Amino acid sequence: MIEALFFMLLLGAVCGLVLSFASKIFYVWEDPRIAEIENFLAGANCGGCGFTGCGAAAEAVVKGKALPNVCAVAGPEATTSVAAVMGMDPGSSEPKISRNPCEGGDRAEDKFYYNGVNSCQAVAAMFGGKRTCDVGCLGYGDCVSICQFNSIRMGEHGYPEIDEFSCVGCGACERICPKGILSVQSMSERLLETNVEDAALAPCQQTCPAEIDIPGYIGSIREGNYEAAVHIIRERNPLLLACGRVCPHPCEDYCRRSIEDEAVSINQLKRFAADYEMNSGKRLPISVAPSTGKKVAVVGGGPAGISCAYFLRRLGHDAVIFEAMPKLGGMLRYGIPEYRLPKKTVDWEIQGILDLGIEARTNVQFGKDFTINDLLTEGFDAIFVGQGAWVDYNLKIDGEESKGCFKGIDFLSRLSGGEEIPIEGKKAAVVGGGNSAIDCVRNLLRCGAEEVSIVYRRTRKEMPANEVEIEAAEHEGVKFLFLAAPNKVITDDDGNVTHLEYLQMELGEPDASGRRRPVPIEGSETQLPVDILITAIGQQPDMGFKDSSDKLADLQITRWNTFDTDPETLQTNIPYLFTAGDAATGPSLVVEAIGGGRRAARSIHQYLMGEEVKAPEKSLFKRHIEESLFTEVPGVVKKKRSTMTELSPEERIKNFEEVDQTLTEEEALAEANRCLSCCRLCYTPDLDKLEKDVA
Amino acid sequence: MDYIVLAISAILVNNILLAQYLGNCPFLGTSKKMETAVGMAFAVVFVLVMAGLITWIVNAFVLVPLKLEYLRTIGFILVIASLVQFVEMFLKKSIPALYAGLGIFLPLITTNCAVMGVCLINVNEEYTFIQALVSSFAYAVGFGLALILFAGVREKVLLARVPRPLQDTSIALVTAGIISLAFYAFKGMV
Repeated sequence: MIEALFFMLLLGAVCGLVLSFASKIFYVWEDPRIAEIENFLAGANCGGCGFTGCGAAAEAVVKGKALPNVCAVAGPEATTSVAAVMGMDPGSSEPKISRNPCEGGDRAEDKFYYNGVNSCQAVAAMFGGKRTCDVGCLGYGDCVSICQFNSIRMGEHGYPEIDEFSCVGCGACERICPKGILSVQSMSERLLETNVEDAALAPCQQTCPAEIDIPGYIGSIREGNYEAAVHIIRERNPLLLACGRVCPHPCEDYCRRSIEDEAVSINQLKRFAADYEMNSGKRLPISVAPSTGKKVAVVGGGPAGISCAYFLRRLGHDAVIFEAMPKLGGMLRYGIPEYRLPKKTVDWEIQGILDLGIEARTNVQFGKDFTINDLLTEGFDAIFVGQGAWVDYNLKIDGEESKGCFKGIDFLSRLSGGEEIPIEGKKAAVVGGGNSAIDCVRNLLRCGAEEVSIVYRRTRKEMPANEVEIEAAEHEGVKFLFLAAPNKVITDDDGNVTHLEYLQMELGEPDASGRRRPVPIEGSETQLPVDILITAIGQQPDMGFKDSSDKLADLQITRWNTFDTDPETLQTNIPYLFTAGDAATGPSLVVEAIGGGRRAARSIHQYLMGEEVKAPEKSLFKRHIEESLFTEVPGVVKKKRSTMTELSPEERIKNFEEVDQTLTEEEALAEANRCLSCCRLCYTPDLDKLEKDVA
Repeated sequence: MDYIVLAISAILVNNILLAQYLGNCPFLGTSKKMETAVGMAFAVVFVLVMAGLITWIVNAFVLVPLKLEYLRTIGFILVIASLVQFVEMFLKKSIPALYAGLGIFLPLITTNCAVMGVCLINVNEEYTFIQALVSSFAYAVGFGLALILFAGVREKVLLARVPRPLQDTSIALVTAGIISLAFYAFKGMV
């Protein structure tokens, strides 16, 4: 007994001695910071960070392969401590959260019958899964079982639902998902995302130039969560109040419901959500990424510039807007009339964006009051130029510069700027068929013009203005002169315009744009008595600033006087110069400028972060996913779309009150329920909803 | 010739996993993926040969002369545990590449009953030093063979239709039983 105890003690001592000597002999120097960092990590060896255990994670941090926020479990205090050990700035991290864009679930059809093992990995091994949608969730919940934090559960409709509060953004679900659906992203990464071919996108979202998650916000409205709807819109479009009023909603043309029924009134719902926020009296908080210390000059305070500055600010960069006019807003303020977009709405919206910490310098013109050299000297790391298209085209006819003759944009902006133009009781004519021309005539009516005509050289069918706008003008009593081409302006002895002489036209062969070219009828000169003549036949950007600095000498410009850039990256041939909006595309929609502003912000972010400036792979820019465009949509029950209330024509031409009223809550909910919640292939037919209601 | 018989007996007939059913935890724990199974197999070969020899020496030159054979089990545990720690330190310093490859499997073997089992078998069968060397190596190879075979089968089972109550470990045990039965065909070979 004694010898046994003695022996074991001896054996233990020998082993101990050997090991302690070994540890001296075989000592490998390790960075002491590894042990120090490991102390701050959770110590659970959960593997949530993607490394094998906390030791490996700590080593990765020291080697610079992981950021101080590597440990999702330990939280922000640990991040700060780890950053302190490494002497890094802890601010450069943002919380990440897992997101599941696929809400196919039970709605997705099956390609084949499967009853093997309940694992996404296994199903995915067979033809990529049993569901018809190539990019959709398989619904076996590998992500649910891998999640160490119980943040994912399989929802009742057969797709995973993520609890944003308990999700730590460890990324385990993203790694396990064989379809790559779940993505663990920080806010910045979400803001930088663009439409790509293999994403879960409804046709409306593919069409929207700003790429707003339309089914997402309509779904939130349906659930009565208007704040969430506002947040979803804000991830893509900072000017939702303005867009909700003036957007010609190209998305609605691709609404799947419109194949069988009237399209969902998407834009009215956007306006409803936006107005909800404005009328609630408080601004919803907008989160901003930690500062990067980079500074960007945004020249032009229109929709493109504001959008670009907004996204840059949210990505953590500092933005300063330079605006030539006395107030920000660009065409929103100076081009769009009060009755369509009230100035106080624009003010409220822009103030909310400036409150994020964006500086605005107004009344300064690029190329005149400051040059690109000034901006570079002031230390801006990149420059965005979105000056818009403010130069009206000329008619190139005699007498065009007479008294009483105006140019469209010039007229609209002077009116919006508060200038008094004597119009009351006068006869007015507007040349042109676009939205600006319609804006001019409707403004003229409201200013008390006795008679207002539109002179357009083609027919009503070819008018580029929005149908609703043309109709509104008709209701308000505008006279339309179609197939009329101005020939010359006739003036009295004082140089005041008295008549517009025009030629009658007839339609000939189709031209390059596919529209039939109008041909003048000889000897058909007709005189129209006018006191005011406005020319609104299109605009182009003012590139005058180009001559203000030799740095801009090589800047490439197209023959339409726009920037010559890649339409997706919007980077000019001068690497630190970016553009968007009308200056890049020529006169276009507000929402196009907003989308462009975000794309430019994305490119500027890449440029500032030292990455290659490039469009995403498999980009879906201005294209649609073929398989998502249906020709028939079974299961749709026709339901009238909620129409907005508008003031009567007699009432509205007396003043500048907003014509279109916002939807009531009841109407908005009814309209939101008309949405089929489409995705790439899935949609929820009305019949299913009815059955659910009965149940 | 005897050595060949000994090796075949250790690898196939008396396979440590399938016939003796030792080392069950790594057998089930590390056989879900082929990659980990291969890593584990090599780590076991490495450690088992070392442990077999050291414990043989401890037994022959320490325990037997002192007539302390009854302390075999507890003594071997201490020796094997220290050995694994020692090997880990040695590898980290001298052969970092091998250390990176075997990595996390080494400490796992500290508590592997297959290692302990083989060491005790060596002593009980009263093998000579060379025989103990061959037997340790062969048992380790048998361990690796069975583990890799089993991992292959389990990867296939993942694609098969398994009733819910039998999923994962349950079906793994059933599978292990069937493979074990197949190995019983080697009985009587030597």
